Amino acid sequence: MSHVLSLLVEDKPGLLTRVAGLFARRGFNIESLAVGKSEIAGLSRITVVVDVEELPLEQVTKQLNKLVNVIKVVELDPAQTVQREHMLIKVRVDNTTRSQILEAATLFRARIVDVSTDAVVIEVTGDTAKTQALLRVLEPYGVKEIAQSGLLAIGRGSKSITERIFKN
Amino acid sequence: MSADAPPTPSSALNVPEVLTGSGAILRSLEHLGVKDVFGLPGGAIMPFYDELMSSEKIRHILVRHEQGAGHAAEGYASSSGKVGVAIATSGPGATNLVTAIADAYMDSVPLLAITGQVFSTSMGTDAFQEIDIVGITMPITKHSFLVTKAEDIPKTLAAAYQIASTGRPGPVLVDVTKDAQQGSAPFVWPTSVDLPGYRPVVKAHGKQIQAAAQLLAEAKRPVLYVGGGVVRAGASAELLALAEAVGAPVVTTLMARGAFPDSHEQHLGMPGMHGTVPAVLAIQESDLLVSLGARFDDRVTGKASEFAPDAKVIHVDIDPAEISKIRTADVPIVGDAKDVIADLSSAFATASSGEKPDLSEWWARLNNLRKQFPLGYDEPEDGLLSPQYVIERIGKITGPEGVYAAGVGQHQMWAAQFIQYERPGAWLNSGGAGTMGYSVPAAMGAKVANPERTVWAIDGDGCFQMTNQELATCTINEIPIKVAVINNSSLGMVRQWQTLVYNGRYSFTDLNTGHDTVMIPDFVKLAEAYGALAIRVTKKEEVDDAIRLANETNDRPVVIDFVVSRDAMVWPMVQQGLGNSSVQYARDHAPAWEEE
Repeated sequence: MSHVLSLLVEDKPGLLTRVAGLFARRGFNIESLAVGKSEIAGLSRITVVVDVEELPLEQVTKQLNKLVNVIKVVELDPAQTVQREHMLIKVRVDNTTRSQILEAATLFRARIVDVSTDAVVIEVTGDTAKTQALLRVLEPYGVKEIAQSGLLAIGRGSKSITERIFKN
Repeated sequence: MSADAPPTPSSALNVPEVLTGSGAILRSLEHLGVKDVFGLPGGAIMPFYDELMSSEKIRHILVRHEQGAGHAAEGYASSSGKVGVAIATSGPGATNLVTAIADAYMDSVPLLAITGQVFSTSMGTDAFQEIDIVGITMPITKHSFLVTKAEDIPKTLAAAYQIASTGRPGPVLVDVTKDAQQGSAPFVWPTSVDLPGYRPVVKAHGKQIQAAAQLLAEAKRPVLYVGGGVVRAGASAELLALAEAVGAPVVTTLMARGAFPDSHEQHLGMPGMHGTVPAVLAIQESDLLVSLGARFDDRVTGKASEFAPDAKVIHVDIDPAEISKIRTADVPIVGDAKDVIADLSSAFATASSGEKPDLSEWWARLNNLRKQFPLGYDEPEDGLLSPQYVIERIGKITGPEGVYAAGVGQHQMWAAQFIQYERPGAWLNSGGAGTMGYSVPAAMGAKVANPERTVWAIDGDGCFQMTNQELATCTINEIPIKVAVINNSSLGMVRQWQTLVYNGRYSFTDLNTGHDTVMIPDFVKLAEAYGALAIRVTKKEEVDDAIRLANETNDRPVVIDFVVSRDAMVWPMVQQGLGNSSVQYARDHAPAWEEE
């Protein structure tokens, strides 16, 4: 079962190695990883999707919490969070398929960001289900290359994870 | 255990003094109250060694191999509760520390490792003696730092020391580039350490304590399962009070030997693969297991799914990740053992209305097991010395105020079984990592921390050959340890498994150091070459005199080559992969346990 963890971490050299190494060492598979700055200077946010059962998840969370540079680990409930990933898809086109592909992109509210005579690059944003669905639609035309970000996730509503930490 | 920096002498006046980076390392160590360090210089750490030479507050002990520095720092820490410090240069100097760092990580030893690193401008170029030691040690340190600027040194060392010594203790590595050591900066000692991601929980949740006390008051067959955390927390007095209030049996794991007095009526011995039958079966038959600073190691649990099958579990640990890692806890308690056990005692007094629970039936069963299956050994059939006898006599003659540091293998188990431990810190060993070669340097470190105590290294002929070079360090620096080489001429524990599991196929376990062999090396000649008093003992009647002579000799180290039988085996034993109810008292002899 997939779980989405949001880690607030200190922006220190080797931090990503510490986090990734911990997952590898304890035998957990990282499905997706996204790293970027947080709203606080010096702190980064890592969003990790990990495929584990409930009990080992508890263990991985506790082990992550033990890393000195990890400030907070929160599991995000899919029902209470907005989740997005970002994908660039290069699809083969010709005169007969171009309009169908454009139509598919429009249906998915995806955008064409590059056009050449025999290929287009489509940019799509959405949750995993949506990006995968678009990919399935495009596959018959010939997907030449995809580049994909890790999943990003943020809680719904006005509360923030950092507020909870620094309030007390 | 607070977030504040350790107390510092008030030397900081108005204008901060400008120091070199290496001067700042030295000043920081002095601020931290470090008195002794173990190390060996090399290119990338030379600026610091140049400073260290003039220090009057810190004693540096020059080892012969960096692994020796690491284990010495561990022995120093484990026997005294202070932080041990080991210093090495970059590259191979640093990698030679790796085994000791891993060892300290597995056994939660507060260890500060300081390594030199090549110039920051050379890093990443495969420079001479450049090795990414921070990267290598990430999985085996509690935390690690790379320092590339002189100004960062004081706050980094303050943080490293605090991380190593608080919460669940462990090793911290500080890698300092040569340019950081050579640079200079105003020396500013931090008033507090800023580690937003590091907040060990010390005080436990009141509700959980209540729940635990309630279970303790109701249990019919409780067992206090005591681990090394009680030693690290210095919680022996609290444990004694709780144990006596509840009246429950106590078992002490390999890491906890001495945390509860062996002579105490309620003590059943060590649990686990080579534990006593009463300790092993008490856990198997218990209805409440109170784990205090223990971590359900596989050498204790055997097949985990069959471990203490009828017991509810109260699990006390300062590391939340240990709780329910192996066995789901019914009552999880995160906190420092010292505080938690004290809180548990007072909550128990309330829950039990001051009355001791009636455990007479339980004790009748346990006392019967004790009578039937006492720890013991047979004299070897080949007529050679019994290793158990030798170790037992060392303990008897030296007494509970001595310190005993074992290597790893059969002699380690016998030393855990046949020496009586009455106080924490008397027993040092490599429990988690199982590092052969731990003993001699660890004993050296322990002797430096406890110059007034008699310190024995109980070593094997295999282990001794891995780190005996530190005898030179001991002789030259006047650290008179005693070394008992339990010489069975083989890698004894491996040989025992070969006897029991591999049909007597002795694949590469002969060391040719003992009886009826070429005796290479000759341990007596070797010890004499190192300037130690060397004695060879082959007969039972020579044992006591040799031990007494060793204990009386304090002008140099002593090495006794006890030439013992190689056929002696460690019993009882639970074979790997089996449940603990399959404990064998001796070969082909399993005790009957109570049918439900």
